[in-house]
Amino acid sequence: MMQVDSGGSGKKGERKKMDTRVDFTPMVDMIMLLLTFFMLATTLSKPQTMEIALPSKEKGDEKNQTLAKASEAVTLYLGADNKVYYFMGEPDLTTPNFLKSTTYAADGLRALILNKNRKAVTQVNELKDKKLRMQITQEQYDKELSKIKVQDGTPTVIIKPLDNSNYDNLVSALDEMLITSVGKYAITEVDENDKKMLTNSGVDFAVKK
Amino acid sequence: MTPMSDVMVLLLTFFMLTSTFLKPEPVTVATPLSVSEIKIPEKNVMSVLISPTGQVFLDIDNPNDRIAALEKMASAYNIQLTDKEKYEFSIATSFGFPMQSFKQFMALPEEKRNEELPKLGIPKDSTDNQFKGWVLAAREVKGKDMVIAIKADSETPYTSIKSVMGSLQDLKENRYNLITSLREVETTPAATAAK
Repeated sequence: MMQVDSGGSGKKGERKKMDTRVDFTPMVDMIMLLLTFFMLATTLSKPQTMEIALPSKEKGDEKNQTLAKASEAVTLYLGADNKVYYFMGEPDLTTPNFLKSTTYAADGLRALILNKNRKAVTQVNELKDKKLRMQITQEQYDKELSKIKVQDGTPTVIIKPLDNSNYDNLVSALDEMLITSVGKYAITEVDENDKKMLTNSGVDFAVKK
Repeated sequence: MTPMSDVMVLLLTFFMLTSTFLKPEPVTVATPLSVSEIKIPEKNVMSVLISPTGQVFLDIDNPNDRIAALEKMASAYNIQLTDKEKYEFSIATSFGFPMQSFKQFMALPEEKRNEELPKLGIPKDSTDNQFKGWVLAAREVKGKDMVIAIKADSETPYTSIKSVMGSLQDLKENRYNLITSLREVETTPAATAAK
């Protein structure tokens, strides 16, 4: 393309110079197309996860679970239709309607557990504040946070999803634990005593056909 | 014009280098929302996909690891693998079929396989728990740093989740991740009260 016309007159040479410009429009079109494709096809944000650790099924671990102080225990039953049934402290197999019902809304389950865990929540908020003001490092923050979450006086939440609940219910419940800074929680299966209590309170726990 | 195309080339390069493509999944699931902000690691992940109807699909991230895990499963079920089957299995995405019908399934053309896959799933009942077999095989291949990620639909009934978690618990796999989408944290009543 860079031809230099040596023999021609000056005027002719100038006209030939005009031809050295390459038309970039198709390339730009192509790039635009590719760019659009990549922008649409990429997943910029990686999915979030929740890390959970469940107790193993071995006998030795069961003892640890029952060690939770009854006065600090909150037992949640995750039922159908986004309902949560709960009781505080010791189970009562005889009283009818012993279980109370609530929802996953902010004024339901969250308010309930916040009330139980007020001390830890206040401390966590203070800690977050400190971190925002750069007074502590991330490691210090993590260390303090885990300490606050399992200190004495914080509730132990036992989550028992019923067979007619769904995955969303489980994640919502675990999420509330995160929001309300509960460090001690476990997911366990519904046993015979639980079934008795649920029947007494008129809660349906069978899988819908 | 030139500055604009310069910028576009730059952007294009950026997107080409940073992009990780969405992997097609046999069933689409809508993950529940959560405030958790932990990101899933990029490598060494075994993802368990549970459909709203309770079928289980697995995905192991490294093609070589997939082949190694498949070989372990195949020897347990007395299946002779051909190189073609191994290769096709390693480049496919999520898988989920009973080992008994492995040969039959891999013999299908690719489009047919993608069509068939959502109807199948890995058996996880107590008599023939192949899900456990896969998890064991993957753990053996990938070592103890492998992360198990469970991805399930919001509407998946708890019974299906329970059987998957139960199987994992039987294998002493007590730590795993639940994949969720991000939800904004509303200010909690206590947070406002504390101020």
